[in-house]
Amino acid sequence: MSNSVHNAGSVPRLALKGVTKQYPGCLANDSVDLTIMPGEIHALLGENGAGKSTLVKYIYGVVKADAGEMRWNGELVDVVNPNFARRLGVGMVFQHFSLFDSMTVEENIALGIAPELAGPGLDKRIREVSEQYGLPLDPKRHVFSLSVGERQRIEIVRCLLQDPKLLIMDEPTSVLTPQEVERMFVTLRRLSDEGVSILYISHKLDEIKALCHNATIMRAGKVVGDCDPQVETPKTMAEMMIGTHLVAPQRDETMVEGDALLVVDGLSMEAEDEHGTSLKNISMEVRSGEILGIAGIAGNGQTELMDALSGEVLADHENVVLINGELAGRMGAGERRDLGVGFVPEERLGHGAVPDMSLWENAFLSGMKRKDLLIKGFMDVVKTVDYAEKIVKNFKVKTSGVDHNASSLSGGNLQKFIMGREIMQDPTVMIALQPTWGVDAGAAAAIHQALFDLAKKGAAVLVISQDLDELFAVSSRIAVIAEGKLSPAKPVEDLTVEQIGLMMGGLHGMPDEGGQKRVA
Amino acid sequence: MLLKLESRGEISRSMLYATPLIAVVLTLITGFFLFVFLLDPSKNASAFDALYTFFVDPVIASGGIAELLVKATPIILCAIGLSMGFRANVWNIGAEGQFVIGAITGTIVVLAFYDVESVFILPMMMVAGTLGGMAWAAIPAFLRTRFNTNEILVSLMLTYVAVLVLSWAVHGPMIDPDGFNFPQTRLFHDSALLPIIWEGTRLHLGAALMLLVVLAAWLIISRHLIGFQIRVIGMAPKAASYAGFKEKKLIWLTLLVSGGLAGFAGILEAAGPAEQLVPTFPQGYGFTAIIVAFLGRLHPVGIFMAGLLMALTYLGGENAQIMLGMPKSVTGVFQGMLLFYLLATDVLIRYRVRIGSAVAKSANA
Amino acid sequence: MDSAIVIASVLTIMTAATPLVFAALGELIVEKSGVLNLGVEGMMIVGAICAFATAVTSGSAFLGIIVGMLAGAGLSLLFAILTQNLMANHVATGLALTIFGIGLSALIGDGFAGQKLDPLPKGIPGLSDIPVIGPLLFGHDILVYFSIVATGAVAWFLTKTRAGMILRAVGDNHDAAHSIGYSVIKIRYMAILFGGAMAGLGGAYISLAYSPLWAEGMTAGRGWIALALVVFATWKPWRAFLGAYLFGGVTIIQLIIQGYGINIPAQFLSMLPYLATIVVLVVISRDKYLVKMNAPACLGKLFHASH
Repeated sequence: MSNSVHNAGSVPRLALKGVTKQYPGCLANDSVDLTIMPGEIHALLGENGAGKSTLVKYIYGVVKADAGEMRWNGELVDVVNPNFARRLGVGMVFQHFSLFDSMTVEENIALGIAPELAGPGLDKRIREVSEQYGLPLDPKRHVFSLSVGERQRIEIVRCLLQDPKLLIMDEPTSVLTPQEVERMFVTLRRLSDEGVSILYISHKLDEIKALCHNATIMRAGKVVGDCDPQVETPKTMAEMMIGTHLVAPQRDETMVEGDALLVVDGLSMEAEDEHGTSLKNISMEVRSGEILGIAGIAGNGQTELMDALSGEVLADHENVVLINGELAGRMGAGERRDLGVGFVPEERLGHGAVPDMSLWENAFLSGMKRKDLLIKGFMDVVKTVDYAEKIVKNFKVKTSGVDHNASSLSGGNLQKFIMGREIMQDPTVMIALQPTWGVDAGAAAAIHQALFDLAKKGAAVLVISQDLDELFAVSSRIAVIAEGKLSPAKPVEDLTVEQIGLMMGGLHGMPDEGGQKRVA
Repeated sequence: MLLKLESRGEISRSMLYATPLIAVVLTLITGFFLFVFLLDPSKNASAFDALYTFFVDPVIASGGIAELLVKATPIILCAIGLSMGFRANVWNIGAEGQFVIGAITGTIVVLAFYDVESVFILPMMMVAGTLGGMAWAAIPAFLRTRFNTNEILVSLMLTYVAVLVLSWAVHGPMIDPDGFNFPQTRLFHDSALLPIIWEGTRLHLGAALMLLVVLAAWLIISRHLIGFQIRVIGMAPKAASYAGFKEKKLIWLTLLVSGGLAGFAGILEAAGPAEQLVPTFPQGYGFTAIIVAFLGRLHPVGIFMAGLLMALTYLGGENAQIMLGMPKSVTGVFQGMLLFYLLATDVLIRYRVRIGSAVAKSANA
Repeated sequence: MDSAIVIASVLTIMTAATPLVFAALGELIVEKSGVLNLGVEGMMIVGAICAFATAVTSGSAFLGIIVGMLAGAGLSLLFAILTQNLMANHVATGLALTIFGIGLSALIGDGFAGQKLDPLPKGIPGLSDIPVIGPLLFGHDILVYFSIVATGAVAWFLTKTRAGMILRAVGDNHDAAHSIGYSVIKIRYMAILFGGAMAGLGGAYISLAYSPLWAEGMTAGRGWIALALVVFATWKPWRAFLGAYLFGGVTIIQLIIQGYGINIPAQFLSMLPYLATIVVLVVISRDKYLVKMNAPACLGKLFHASH
């Protein structure tokens, strides 16, 4: 822990009072107060949808609040737009990067700083700052050719070039390996020592404990508490964040593993364009009754693997994918479904479900064959509605009726619906990508439970996720995907988070890392 | 700006049906002012008279309804086909060209069997016309699925080509040998003309066939698996590939259906009101059909009603030209305006319009 | 061929290409900002009639050009309101613009058919009398020179200026541009208006210089060809310029073939530009990668700030 310079007597760098923001049907911020001292690393903690992102967008001038005030070094300010925020000395690293893929690193940085800073010599200053803080970058490279970690460095360097007084980081570690996270913390502690305040948004409790001086916890738009992360345990912070005592789903140790129902043997696939990742010689087996987890940082081939397994992109040879013993590499999604595979894609709206179609039509979307919902090519509406209602009932989907459109459901409810739709087709193989991404804790627990139950019934379940906690909770074996290559799977009992972290970063770690690898 | 748009989350079904009506009303209001501006003072007519002449007179005239249906038949047929494609994000805007080619291929049958009196001639013409339209639409389908070429530009370019093909045909190989070298084909013989189904009017069998097409399209789009696939691929292409629907197959299908229907409409027009081919045979129905498809919400029943309305703008335009000396092009302006208003009011389906930020404060209290 | 025919051919190519250059440059800027405006044909033809009507009534070709540009911009303003504020589908709105524009031009042009106008003055006095080089280099009307300057200016703007960089950024990722603090809608408004004015200018060139008269539908699909040129050019201004000149070349093939006395029906020769457009589109888009890498990533996508 760094001995930083904040003391109670000085004027707060940032003080928010009564910030309120209403979105249609959702009070995103409800009289939020927040104080950050110079040099303080302050955590803003909360679940997805707690209102953290809205609050920081207000500070940065992207969102206008309906009520509330902001003081900067004691002065009342009205941040009309991000340019104004930047002039004050606020820098922001976005969760979804605000980068332009077709442009160079230098252009991206020039776009995000004041015009007078973006003049000639910018590339030199980029190199200087990036070396100074251990964030190597080549100003002339195009963004689309960079890894996710490198992209984040652009955002950070962009902020640092403006000599910020407050740095806002929105979920910065979700795209980094544990080792990269550790390196970033070194940079942040150094900035803190130099007097820069940092507002650190996360829902990862161990990180907050390791880095932050203070934490403000939000739930459903409100501040529910402030605490010292050094004193609290992750469990107590989690309970403040979630509001209830959660019962984690329990793995049934009596699960019996049987035959391999999904076999991938030497699957290679060229990326469709430079933005994608090529799959390189991927092999794995998922057996009846087990849940295999695949860990990895976003953009390392997960979506490509999902597409190849679901049949949305066909492999070159039929024998690289076997489903229930059938050669399925050249089969389309429909045929694989007929073999008894269920799929839960990452994107709920627009991929797993059609937003502007009713729930019953969305039930028909994947269930038409397996649930026998067609009569001579026409939709059997009565039967489909019945099926949709059963999904809603069995999986406790909150909706006012199956006539309503998929877009009217909350993320967690829609995910339960999609999961339920697939499970009720009694799949022998189930493949899910990021099944609980952006879902509230209650729905996540229900989804995990459903996966356990499915495996217990003898299905082979594959879960691809970036969330290591999730994978350790549900999987019996874990493999790691990095740059399109898949490691051999190992039983969870034999693995630690650190080992997985090293495997995740093993192929695309920081280039200048010289023999400093920590071994668990 | 004071007006703010707020997402509704779920689309508003009532607005889905209300906005076309709002658009019609706004068009009429604007039309009123347009007439005030355009009216020739010597005609001694008010803008109300002009609106009456344009929108009411043609319907209440004797045989008005029949005339309306005759005009609407090709427009609705083209629009039904286009709507299938538009739903699937396949933008065939070359229905005009497919219409022309269908008329030409159908007319080839007529001219080949000019001496034959048979009940089989009409069905053969219809098949030939449909196939001709399909063939013309197959070009953008092939280029899009094989070379990823934009079907908007290809189908449109082919429209210009089709009109030139027609001009060449009626000047050359299909010219009427007894026509004193006028660029026109022979007048169709009786076996090649559509029977009249309402005595004393020009209402022909084609209108009845059009109704059947509307009903079939309705059934297919709302309840058949093919219709479901078309809707899914248009609203969420990734969900379609998730469900295993084949994009290329649907591109081919929608282009062939829309081209076939346009070609069918073309030969019906030739064998109905036109009775022969001349260089000015295309009347812009294929373009009007684009407006009709949108105005009818890409729904067969909506298209039927929108097609009647559009036919009315044609009849009204002709009426206003004869009675008030207005330029015929007023029709095109009305049609464009209608589509503009519809697109503008469509925002209400997905968004609520709020004034200022008053809502948030009231919700706070 | 003697030099007179060569010179005549080059001049024909240039006058045929110039309206395409203007319209394509305008659409190029529009598309670079992430907006797909399919209404080029409509804006061109309204520009053509407004320019012609103004020039005939006022006697000033210059005023005609200005009014033609304003008319194109005015029509594009409708497009901007619909797509940027009311979030209408770009494709449908562009089609509506074309249909409306063709009807409106016919309405305005009702009394102008058959009227004659002197074409724009050509040539720089003195210099254009130099044999061969004179007419080739100095024998054009002012708008031909302006089209070359405009191409250079657009290329410079896009690659060398901060404003051009911002425009490209908005077309590449409008959400990111918004979160950094750029006004996506304002920037796109300006791009759309520029595109409209340039389409209007292209139309004005057709009715004032290319064939100084008014006939319904006289732009004859050139707006659509300009759209195709932008794809052909992979969104690069000088390639669009080159493409326009290739099309100018296609139009004079007709003259050459007739010059050699080859008997082909006129209709087939008239098809050439349209068929050439299709061929060009196929050639360029068969390389999926080429189009994808160069097309602005947000092209035709709707933007709503609260997302």
